[in-house]
Order: sequence, then C-alpha cells, then structure tokens
Amino acid sequence: MAVLLLGEVTNGELNGDATGKAVAALKSLGDVTVLCAGASAKAAAGDAAKIDGVAKVLVAEDARYGHRLAEPTAALMVALAGDYDHIAAPATTDAKNVMPRVAALLDVMVIPDVSAVIDADTFERPVYAGNAIQTVKSKDARKVLTVRTTSFDAAGEGGGAPVEDATLADDPGLSSWIADEVAESDRPELTSAGRVVSGGRGIGSKENFEIVEKLADKLGAAVGASRAAVDSGYAPNDWQVGQTGKVVAPELYVAVGISGAIQHLAGMKDSKVIVAINKDEEAPIFQIADYGLVGDLFTLVPELTEKL
Amino acid sequence: MKVLVPVKRVIDYNVKAKVKSDGSGVDLANVKMSMNPFDEIAVEEAIRLKEKGAAEEVIVVSVGVKQAAETIRTALAMGADRGILVVAADDVHQDIEPLAVAKILKAVIDQEQPGLVITGKQAIDNDMNATGQMLAALLGWGQATFASKLDIDGDAAKVTREVDGGLQTISVKMPAIVTADLRLNEPRYASLPNIMKAKKKPLDEKTAADFGVDVSPRLEIVSVKEPEGRSAGIKVGSVDELVSKLKEAGVV
Repeated sequence: MAVLLLGEVTNGELNGDATGKAVAALKSLGDVTVLCAGASAKAAAGDAAKIDGVAKVLVAEDARYGHRLAEPTAALMVALAGDYDHIAAPATTDAKNVMPRVAALLDVMVIPDVSAVIDADTFERPVYAGNAIQTVKSKDARKVLTVRTTSFDAAGEGGGAPVEDATLADDPGLSSWIADEVAESDRPELTSAGRVVSGGRGIGSKENFEIVEKLADKLGAAVGASRAAVDSGYAPNDWQVGQTGKVVAPELYVAVGISGAIQHLAGMKDSKVIVAINKDEEAPIFQIADYGLVGDLFTLVPELTEKL
Repeated sequence: MKVLVPVKRVIDYNVKAKVKSDGSGVDLANVKMSMNPFDEIAVEEAIRLKEKGAAEEVIVVSVGVKQAAETIRTALAMGADRGILVVAADDVHQDIEPLAVAKILKAVIDQEQPGLVITGKQAIDNDMNATGQMLAALLGWGQATFASKLDIDGDAAKVTREVDGGLQTISVKMPAIVTADLRLNEPRYASLPNIMKAKKKPLDEKTAADFGVDVSPRLEIVSVKEPEGRSAGIKVGSVDELVSKLKEAGVV
C-alpha cells in the first residue's frame, strides 16, 4: 500500500504545517510519497524530505505548475497515480481545486475533508456545516482524498527521504494565469496560527475591524472573520472561518461580535481555548466559549488590547 | 451563447440539520428545502450575463428527487429561461454523489452545447466541493473555481478566484466551468409576477437512465453521528478577570 500526497507548495515554499499534518494523518496507510510541484519546487522538496514519515519526495519543477492552475497539476497526478492506492492532499483551496478533477479523471469519488482515518477504505468527514460527522467506506479501487489538517497533529522533523524528479505530464493548456493579489501581511497564516482573533457582524463596518486587528497584533495572532462579516463586506473572504471558509484550531481563539452560527462554529470549535466577547448574553457562541465576556465590544476590546 | 447552471435542492441554510436517531443520515423529512445558496449565486451570475448581452439563454439543470422541480422553478422565477430536471432518486434522503451528477451533467451538456457552465462551489449538505471540478475533468474543459468576479473576454472567461492568502485572476478558454464563491454577487429575489411567469416556462423531465448513468454510490455511508459537543465555560465579569484567566490557562 502506498500514498501519493500532493505537498502544498506556494511560490516555491512548502506549507510545512499543512503538508506535515497530512503526512501524520496518512502514514498508517503505507509509504508516503510527497509530490512537490511548482515553477520552483526543489527547495520545497528538500523541506518535504525532512518531514518524519515521508518515504520519498517527487519533484516536478516547471513553469506549467507555477500558478495553482488545476489542469496541469491534475494531469501530473493522474500520470503518477498508477503506483499508489491513496492519492491525497491537505484540504487547502488549491487541493480543493485539483483533487476532484484528479478523482473524476480516475473515475473514482473524491473523499473531501477527511477528519479521521479508520482504515484503508473508511474515513470520517464533517457534513452539513459540521452538524454531522459521516463515516464513509469507499468502494473505489483507488482513493482520492483531502485531509482536514486541523484534525491531526503535526508530524515531526528529522527525516531524510530521497528526492527524485517526477516525469512531467503534458499541460492541457486550458487556462492561464493573469495576476495574484496577495494580501501583504506580517501576521501568521490563519490556518496554522497559534492564536486567532475573529470579528463578526457586531463589528459593524470595515473601518471598525481595526479594533479586531489591533487585538490580533497585540497577541501576535492571525485575523479571522465570520461569514456574516465577510458577507457584509467588513472583511476579505480569505479571512473567513467556518465550513465555507477556513477551519482553524489554534491554542487561543477570540471571537468578537460573533453570535456563533453553526457554520462558524464548525470552523473553530476544535480550538483549545475559546474566548467570546458579545453584547448579547444569549448568543450561541457562549455555549462553547471557555471564557465569555458580555458587553460592548467597542470598549471591552480596546481595554483588553491595552491590558494584555 | 447558452449558459448552463446546475443547481441542487438542499436543506434550507437557516435550518439546523438533525442527525436521525438510527444514525443513517440527517433527517430531511418535513424539513424546509431551498436552492443551495452557492447555486443561487451561480443562477444570478448567469442571468446578469444574459442581461449584459453576453449570453442568449440560461438553462437550469437539477439532478435529484422529483421535488427538485421546485428548485428549478425558483431559478426560472429569478430569470432563467428553461429547466431540465433529471430524476435520479425517489427518497429525499438519497444524495446523488458528485461523480454521478457530473456524468449526467456531461450528457446534458453534450446535447445542449453551452459555452459556459456556472455552478456553486459546494453544496451545503454534503459539503463536497467537487461537482464543478469533476464535470470539467469529464468534459476535458478548463475550470475556474471559487469565483468572486467573472468577465467574458472574447472566447475566454476572465475569473478572479478566492484562494488561500488572497485573490488570483486567471483566464480560462471557453467552453469552461466556473464555480461561484460567496462574493460573486448578491442574488435577487424573485418578484411575484416573475414567480407566476416562471410557472409557464419550459421544464423538461428526464431520468438518470435516459442518459445511461449508473448513480449507485461509490462511498457507502456507514454511519452518521452528531459531532462531539463542547460544553460552555464561565462568564467573566471584567477585562481584568479575563486577562487573569487567560494567564492561568497559559495562552497569553
């Protein structure tokens, strides 16, 4: 039994957290080969080789893999698929773009957002915005899946897996890259941050979101937002925490002006310590918060920022 | 150009899903059902393309139980031109997997020859986020997922995508598949006169067998359970108390 894992490589850098957690999730299924594909991927492959539990690293360094385009990467994975029983990736937006395409090309179902590996055929995954956990047993000969990384512990470092060049596959040439608009930020990346401060509809405006950002910066935290805040235009979509956004599980999660819709809770309820600040003491967020503070966020949050 | 919009009938997003006591799934009997919210955004985008003159006809397709006809009527009331219902299940609890849905949609597309397919990025019931990508694979088309902006530019679609870390803009050759993210647009409400008019718009009914597609699931649902609960902690009376609790917990 062998696993082909698509490493998360962005602009030549390996996302070691997401990739390492996916390795930890899957190594019980067999030897894990990590594929690093990108316009620049050799450095990422070197980093992937150090992850504990990685048996081999394949590197596909070519301009065609440079801009997260689904078609060339899917074609590459399908060309490599023959040697593997499980084809997987951490459940990032890039993997969610690529992996269903890989699955359909192999005529198998994709098993997205795996939160527990029961055995080689059987997996748990959240459905209905986290309101239910489904256990599915795949009848397909080959399994294509994505891993919800917050459900797994990070793999250690210290491995020294061999790195080999992968045979490149033809680029179907169906799409091309035009531009990236990456938010420049010194803050930690949302899904792997140790601390997250999120704002909800209660923040009231895009300008007021500064209150949330100041607290986050004081804590060295990433900034998140509820879907309601994103919908209202207070925060960009890539800050969205929840079933339709990002799933986070930091040591500390501070929810400011967030009522606690189930779809938001699905994205953060595995956080170690949850703090909720909200003026409505009946807000559902208080039912899962370790520490709740009822009151006006516009006075409480600046006060908290000052006193930390 | 025809634009084809696949839509799914799902539990209404304001209804809390409850797991059935026998652990076989989520209870959908006598529960309010609506169009998947991301699909509603896709319908809106297709109608806007028609209003701008970039598309001539908007065709809405749904694969599922016969009650999905109501979902198609909703899209017709918003402004879509005609609908195709593909009945593939009798029981409202039977979910047709994205791979089977994509195969049926491919067969419909082979007949209809649209220039563009727009659908929601994921359905809020099974949260698969897969049908658009699978359909693109089966057709050999390019895909632009998680779209927050769409412009037709000659024989290509220019799409801004929501990705980890920000936004990406790509150009995808048409015909192509676009999947809608939250911020692509705000769907309109259907007016009463349009709801009445929609009743007269054409709605073809087919079955999965008409297209020769086997819809039997590849993923057997072994069980469905409630997620582990998390109990409420304590309310603190002041910021000072909160700070000292967080210090005790060792998280600040």
